[in-house]
Amino acid sequence: MVSAVFHTPVERTPLGCVALHTSNATENVATPARPARSRAVKLSETPAPAAVQAMGYDWRGLALRVIPPVLGLALLVGIWALVTITSGSSIPSPAETFKQALDVFSDPFYRKGPNDQGVGWNVLMSLERVALGFGLAAAVGIPAGFLIGRFEFLSRMFNPLISLLRPVSPLAWLPIGLLVFKGANPAAIWTIFICSIWPMIINTAVGVQRVPSDFMNVARVLNLSEWKIFTKILFPAVLPYMLTGVRLAVGTAWLVIVAAEMLTGGVGIGFWVWDEWNNLNVKNIIIAIFVIGIVGLVLEYALIKLASAFTFEEVKS
Amino acid sequence: MNASHTTKFIEVQGGEQTFRTKKGLFPALRDINLTIAKGEFVALIGHSGCGKSTLLNLIAGLTTPTAGTLLCANREIAGPGPERAVVFQNHSLLPWLTCFENVYLAVERVFGAASKSTGAPAENKAQLQARTEAALALVGLTAAAQKRPGEISGGMKQRVGIARALSMEPQVLLMDEPFGALDALTRAKLQDELLEIVARTKSTVVMVTHDVDEAVLLSDKIVMMTNGPAATIGEVLAVDLPRPRNRVQLAEDPRYINCRKAVIDFLYTRQAHVEKAA
Repeated sequence: MVSAVFHTPVERTPLGCVALHTSNATENVATPARPARSRAVKLSETPAPAAVQAMGYDWRGLALRVIPPVLGLALLVGIWALVTITSGSSIPSPAETFKQALDVFSDPFYRKGPNDQGVGWNVLMSLERVALGFGLAAAVGIPAGFLIGRFEFLSRMFNPLISLLRPVSPLAWLPIGLLVFKGANPAAIWTIFICSIWPMIINTAVGVQRVPSDFMNVARVLNLSEWKIFTKILFPAVLPYMLTGVRLAVGTAWLVIVAAEMLTGGVGIGFWVWDEWNNLNVKNIIIAIFVIGIVGLVLEYALIKLASAFTFEEVKS
Repeated sequence: MNASHTTKFIEVQGGEQTFRTKKGLFPALRDINLTIAKGEFVALIGHSGCGKSTLLNLIAGLTTPTAGTLLCANREIAGPGPERAVVFQNHSLLPWLTCFENVYLAVERVFGAASKSTGAPAENKAQLQARTEAALALVGLTAAAQKRPGEISGGMKQRVGIARALSMEPQVLLMDEPFGALDALTRAKLQDELLEIVARTKSTVVMVTHDVDEAVLLSDKIVMMTNGPAATIGEVLAVDLPRPRNRVQLAEDPRYINCRKAVIDFLYTRQAHVEKAA
């Protein structure tokens, strides 16, 4: 029912590790829980060298966690290098791109006129648009989801509309935004709004409908007021569903902003990609792709952490 | 039985419940006639799927009957309400609230506002908290008050569920297999506690069970139900055992053994499960 595009953050991790290879080693050191677990598994397989386990750091566990992502990275860079060699000089080599990346990131916050700003500004401007459009969508979509989930009448009233509008490509809404708001920036925000509202409405509504009937029976026996039902039962029960919707929405918003900015211009990571294409600076386009990937990964990871913090044992089952 | 048992408190007349399913109409209950006196402890017993819980839900007001009338204190049961507290089969505590908060939610609802029926004024926060603490103390869970349901055992959760129901000082306590999910030792302990609490509070109790010993030990009256579909009341057995009851002494008591035998005879001889025969 819900968009499956961003459904598998775990599968995306290798890509993230490609981009995050510098921070990968530190991540391993920072989370001792996981090497410890793999050590325990190993221990059960080979119980003999317990003394060795007690003495040394678990190098094998660390290696098992580091080597596969590094291999994945090497594979990507290898294919990239191969394509570079076979296609002549049109695609820059990994080494050239890396050199350029050092240059780009050495000064991310420069400003030389409206169309020439540092990558840091571009990312921040894009994030600002996403935050605005997404924030508005959350402010409208989450309450709407609660109402649609709670009242059968509203659900029947709005479900056809949602089914009709949800599959529409977000960029199809851009001209409407330009027409109504008479500006590129509000139009981009509008596009973010309209594409990120659906997962939040749908997930919240599904969450409300799936609140265990036992809890609702408790509410009925106690004759709780609608406000008490909302604060004590519905909201906490729906929170995990709602946060899943938020996560999907942020993923979609970040997908869409790049495309929207390519069309609207201004300062933003999407515009940066398009501008560098016009300058035929392919190295910067590849750098931008990595930057977009890393920011998307960080957004998603943060929201997964947030969601798991608010999920209670008995709701999961 | 004492005199108060003769007064009607809960009355079911011609109760009938039919469910709409994908395979068509399913008649769950038919022709239910039952009266329960104030302060009486009634057990509903029968094979699974015979509509015991359906009948309990009807009395609770969680479902409305297809036909027939249900009265409680001479008023028609129009829906669920705190005067008919329910102890659910799977405790149904809210996992995000502590045990204290779970009980407090019920206490606040019943005593936090001025009562329309009795004219009792709204109680202040300290009084409500005292009531909550008293209810938890009644089931011996003062120490676990600040824990969440996920952190305590199944028996403790069920006790919180009972505390929540009792804290509302309901006219009727409805229990749907409250000890069904518990191990035998915990179950026996909670049964003894329940006997003690009911003796103290003089509550009217309707309890669904499939445990013969539990039914005989606890109740004044055992309502035995025939097999579904279209189940009805097969027989009502009065349990004339003196209170307070002690499970160890009763085990030898011929009256206890007779009651037990009558129920077993009904369940396993006359109402041997239909599905097995088919």
